[in-house]
Amino acid sequence: MRKVWRQLRAQPIGLVSIFIVLALALVGLMAPILAPGDPNELGQDVLQAPGPGHWLGTDDLGRDVLASLIHGIRVSLPVGILSAAAALLIGIAVGAIAGARGGWIDGAFMRLTEMFQVIPAFILAAVLSALSGPAEWQVIAVIAALSWPQPARVMRGEVIRLRQLDYVEAVRCLGISERRILLGEILPNALAPVLAVGAIIVGTAILLEASLAFLGLSNPDVVSWGRMLNAGQRYLFQAWWLSVFPGLTIVIAVLSFNLGGDALAAALDPTAKP
Amino acid sequence: MLRFLLTRLLWAVPIVLVIAVLSFMLLHLVRGDPVTALIGDFPAPPEYVARIRAEFGLDEPIMTQLWRYLVNLAQGNLGFSFANRMPVLDLILSRARITLLLMVPALVAASVLGVIMGLAAAPRAGSATDATITGLSLLGHSVPIFWLAQLLVMAFAVQLQWMPASGMITLRDTPTGWQAVADFLWHLVMPMTCITIYYVAVVARVARAAVLEMLNRDFVLTAMAKGLTHRRVLWRHILPNALIPVVTVVGYSFGSSLTGAILTETVFAWPGLGSLFVSSIAMRDYPVLQGIFLFSATAVVVANILTDMVYWLVDPRLHRRRVRVVANA
Repeated sequence: MRKVWRQLRAQPIGLVSIFIVLALALVGLMAPILAPGDPNELGQDVLQAPGPGHWLGTDDLGRDVLASLIHGIRVSLPVGILSAAAALLIGIAVGAIAGARGGWIDGAFMRLTEMFQVIPAFILAAVLSALSGPAEWQVIAVIAALSWPQPARVMRGEVIRLRQLDYVEAVRCLGISERRILLGEILPNALAPVLAVGAIIVGTAILLEASLAFLGLSNPDVVSWGRMLNAGQRYLFQAWWLSVFPGLTIVIAVLSFNLGGDALAAALDPTAKP
Repeated sequence: MLRFLLTRLLWAVPIVLVIAVLSFMLLHLVRGDPVTALIGDFPAPPEYVARIRAEFGLDEPIMTQLWRYLVNLAQGNLGFSFANRMPVLDLILSRARITLLLMVPALVAASVLGVIMGLAAAPRAGSATDATITGLSLLGHSVPIFWLAQLLVMAFAVQLQWMPASGMITLRDTPTGWQAVADFLWHLVMPMTCITIYYVAVVARVARAAVLEMLNRDFVLTAMAKGLTHRRVLWRHILPNALIPVVTVVGYSFGSSLTGAILTETVFAWPGLGSLFVSSIAMRDYPVLQGIFLFSATAVVVANILTDMVYWLVDPRLHRRRVRVVANA
């Protein structure tokens, strides 16, 4: 643990990113307390520019932009993290089996990942939302279903690489079963690069959810960053703050996940120099 | 290599089949009642619903329906768009042309710029130039493309008023002749810039990594030792090798660039696939939505095969291998 921390401290940008992610999560959890008012509360001050009273301005219905941004975390973060977690679970399982078994199982798996990678996730998710009504779990399911090949490929490569290393051979000589070697010796060492891929999937998922909401394919009663940009599109000529702030928030969130994931993976890598 | 391409082509058949089945399932299973999917969510008299049901064979077993759907697809019949009063395939193809008009110049520009940025960054790894280029390309990965489009509109159309905010041509006093071309190009600048900025990020990152890897290769050391100038080594020895991963990433990201184009179009009201997609969502024109999914997934498969072919053209080693095979025979 101390070693991981030391590794992280050597990467200031990564460390800041991880703190931003944690801060976002915390603010999202405490949104009802922290946000200046209810994001759905309509006000008299319509389309007000940023200033005292409303730091980031108000939208066409007089709703506070900052309050909406803070409540938007409660959509983007869960969607991002849950879809990445689901994709990682599938990817790790499939990749580990393919890498460990090899042979025709491995071949079939490689073909399968190719099949999943040609389907454009956004278009599938958008058509699905348009057909059956918007739902967050659908977005999560589509992202998980289409992005597991990425971690699976990384996992497979790691398993194949690690299997041939001396330490695994040594354990094998002790007469320990292949299953236990895979779970106890190989998996823990293969996780770091897979985790970095997971962080990228979180970012992709946040962007995808925002894109759907931007097209109006999200629950209209739920405040989200993409929804805000959808409203901002109608007021591009009058109210720049309706577009600039939600977009900036998305960029910061996605960038933090990407950079933080890389840093965490580097810090967790057991072969890294202390 | 020819064999490789042939297997790729053969492998595309089951993939396209799976896409078609998925597309069928979208409309027939997800939607619950496909009748509403066919006529839209309009209140329809029960006799009409019954007639549609019989006409499209919706009372038959699902496998029979799937088979008929696949046969129709094979004949190029993707259904009929009631909202636009024309066959879905014709509609999609006419709009796809307009999207390509935007996408192809943007991708070409992004590739050229990205390679130049990669060539500039890699030999100075760790320098300020390199850090800036790496940082920019990282940022590009994290920006919602439609937000980038909104920023461009706000800056250049609203604030500075240099550029038209939307559309493909000026609708009032539509110009003719060369002026029409100029007018079109003028409208193209902003949406194209948006997609270019976005994809430069992707290309530059890959190009930088590829050039960096080549710098440490023996053949580069040899070229240097022969006394060639840096410039010559970079352009004649490293660039051709570094182009291979660039071609791969541009070709294989066709699906995501199509998505990017669709989202960009909605901001600029560019009348391509993206605008069709959004209006079909609003009108609940389900056959068109299904068609766009089918079309774009198939387009990705085709783009991947084309990429493999270009890959073969770009990589001289693959040619030599073929020559050797011929010589052995």
